[in-house]
Amino acid sequence: MPLRPDKRPSRDASRRAALFSEPLENPLDAGLTAHLLEFGDELRGEGVALGTSELLDAFTALPEVAWDEPVMFRETLAATLAKSPEDRAIFDLVFERFFFRATEMAALATGIGEAGGGMDESGAEMNLETLREQIAKAIAAQDEAAMRDLARLAIAAYANPGEGSGVLGVDVQRIRRALELRAEPQGEATGDDPRAEGLPREGIRRFEQLLRKELERRQIERTETLPAARPLHELDRALPSGPLQDLAGVHRVVTQLKRRLKTQGQEHRGHKRHAHVDIRRTMRASLQTGGVPITLRYRPVRPRRPELFVICDVSTSVTSASVFFLSVMHALHDSFRKMRSFVFIERVSEVTEVFHRERDFKAVSDAIARDAGVADISGYTDYGRVWGELLEQIQDELHPRSTVIVLGDARTNGREPRADLFGQLAERAGRTYWLNPEPRLYWNYGDSVIDSYARYCEAYECWTTEHLENFVKVLTEPEAARR
Amino acid sequence: MPTTPDRPEDVSSGLKEVGYLPDDATALVAYLAIKLGKPILVEGPAGVGKTQLAKSLAETLGRELVRLQCYEGLDEAKALYEWNYRKQLLRIQAEAQDIGWQTVQDDIFGEDFLLERPLMTAIASPDPVVLLIDEIDKTDQEFEAMLLELLSDFQISIPELGRIEASTMPLVLLTSNNSRELTEALKRRCLYLWIDYPSLEHELEIVRLHAPELDAKIARRLVEVVAMVRDLDLKKPPSIAESIDWARALLLLGATDIDSKTFNETMSIIVKHRTDIDIVAERVGVKLDAAKDDASAASA
Repeated sequence: MPLRPDKRPSRDASRRAALFSEPLENPLDAGLTAHLLEFGDELRGEGVALGTSELLDAFTALPEVAWDEPVMFRETLAATLAKSPEDRAIFDLVFERFFFRATEMAALATGIGEAGGGMDESGAEMNLETLREQIAKAIAAQDEAAMRDLARLAIAAYANPGEGSGVLGVDVQRIRRALELRAEPQGEATGDDPRAEGLPREGIRRFEQLLRKELERRQIERTETLPAARPLHELDRALPSGPLQDLAGVHRVVTQLKRRLKTQGQEHRGHKRHAHVDIRRTMRASLQTGGVPITLRYRPVRPRRPELFVICDVSTSVTSASVFFLSVMHALHDSFRKMRSFVFIERVSEVTEVFHRERDFKAVSDAIARDAGVADISGYTDYGRVWGELLEQIQDELHPRSTVIVLGDARTNGREPRADLFGQLAERAGRTYWLNPEPRLYWNYGDSVIDSYARYCEAYECWTTEHLENFVKVLTEPEAARR
Repeated sequence: MPTTPDRPEDVSSGLKEVGYLPDDATALVAYLAIKLGKPILVEGPAGVGKTQLAKSLAETLGRELVRLQCYEGLDEAKALYEWNYRKQLLRIQAEAQDIGWQTVQDDIFGEDFLLERPLMTAIASPDPVVLLIDEIDKTDQEFEAMLLELLSDFQISIPELGRIEASTMPLVLLTSNNSRELTEALKRRCLYLWIDYPSLEHELEIVRLHAPELDAKIARRLVEVVAMVRDLDLKKPPSIAESIDWARALLLLGATDIDSKTFNETMSIIVKHRTDIDIVAERVGVKLDAAKDDASAASA
């Protein structure tokens, strides 16, 4: 059978016509309306905040564009329905899944088969060499539509169902190798075959992406579930970690946090008991009205500025999270009245000075590793000893207006937790928080003893910037709003 | 260029004429915004041409651009309107004795005593305008709430004068660097457009459009290097405007190739942070040398 994906009418188009059995000129018939509403429901199910007004917008927008073009249709819906980059990512996944399934079902109903469209999923009759040549041509010409069709064909030819490795990347590479797609010039190719000069790298990459997408779609179809979009999104916001710290990431988080801290708290305004009139600004404002103080100016409500004692575990298991956390705290220094930082592994050591001296994140972690002298012999965390030493150092300075924050995984390596000493610390301080960089799922497993400390403090999990942000909010909330 | 485009392609070609190369989504969303009379919320990293989009749209549609730059603490008096107190006072003092209070009151709260600020200008303009509300994420939530009335009904309520409704429909663009989550209510009223850094080919086209004399080979090399630099996770990745600047600078210097020497000399055009410069010099400079060695080995 000759292979001409570019000559036959697009499979998508004929199926879409089947899907919306009414004439195409009237896009807002009942069929499409119902489908769009269903689509909206699925988006909501995946956590996109979608209002009726957004759906109405989509309905108003669709007649304005040539909506039977796939790209137009998708982009129009995206512009009206998905209003943030995160939502857009979810939108793309749901869109693929939803309209793929809807077209398949409509196709079944109206009896449009694969064979009639010139595609034979069995692949038995496909001429593999023709397929390779067509793919090479499509890649050289950067023909997106042809590449997409050919990716489907290639998968049909090479990926027998049930034989996939389960890892998409492996399957993609297997198919690419089978297709002999290489960027290097290939001598044996002849004539106007683009492979003679090698294929553009970017084109091959694009084709690989299409292959991956198509495989992913098949997987979704097989398992009837959306790949873990939510967890992925969470992980993207995870705290930067790893030996080579993502400096830019830290910087971004800090600037965002600062600005959010400034802009948040507006909602507390109504709760405010008494506002102080700012005499100076009221007088100045009154000049505009001839010296009559018509508009009163108030002093802004400053967020609560706690006195902070931050105590961080810097043993290897949590070091990246804790150093990051310390630098964020110090970047936010102006939000707090007074702040002292300690790091510990087996012993405890004060590092407030280091943060004042060094602005660079990497320099800070180097200095801590070099000078702090917190590791003694084994290099394993010893919470019991740390509480004892800390109590000696700061117990006279703790008072009810001070806040103690501990960052650590509460893994004692089998040593004595000495929760009683921690209790004494917590008792002297006004508020005590524990931030655990491990997901809540792992708490109290193995040598984690977080529960014995959690009796004396509020424990939070803190492994994404979102957690961190929420925590900083809790920390700076005015006392009144907490009740 | 007709003032109301009939197809997304019209917007696309119109924008191209004034030196802005939009991708399909951008042209489509702009077209929809014009057709439906809805504001566009444009988000994306800094330096991908969000503000320029508004300027180019204004130019291609033949409309005036009214710009409101947002900052922390921006309030109604600076964004909407303000009563001209001094003039009102003068008016009262000049004639208060002769005529009744009612007349004076009617008079001093008239349009003569109103100072128009950008939002008001956009609404009251007799000709349709393009209204650019830049960096909306820098304002506080109160200001956003105030915008809602404007964005959904295109009207402003002034207690003393009543409602002022837009006689013509302005095309509104809001830009945001996503440094703060905008409220759902605001997002709901807008079409959403995310602009990312352009693909290699797309950026090449942009550079070629703005520096047509630059050799094709160098232009390609340039966008490749810029893409490489953007991958490095810098404090401030180079913007499109900076790639264009760099292209022009290379043109002026008469560079024939981008090797590590030229790169180190001109790097400051695209990288503007001390720590960034170190990282870029270290990573990209080395790569450039390696690429050059490869090329000479291949030719030999």
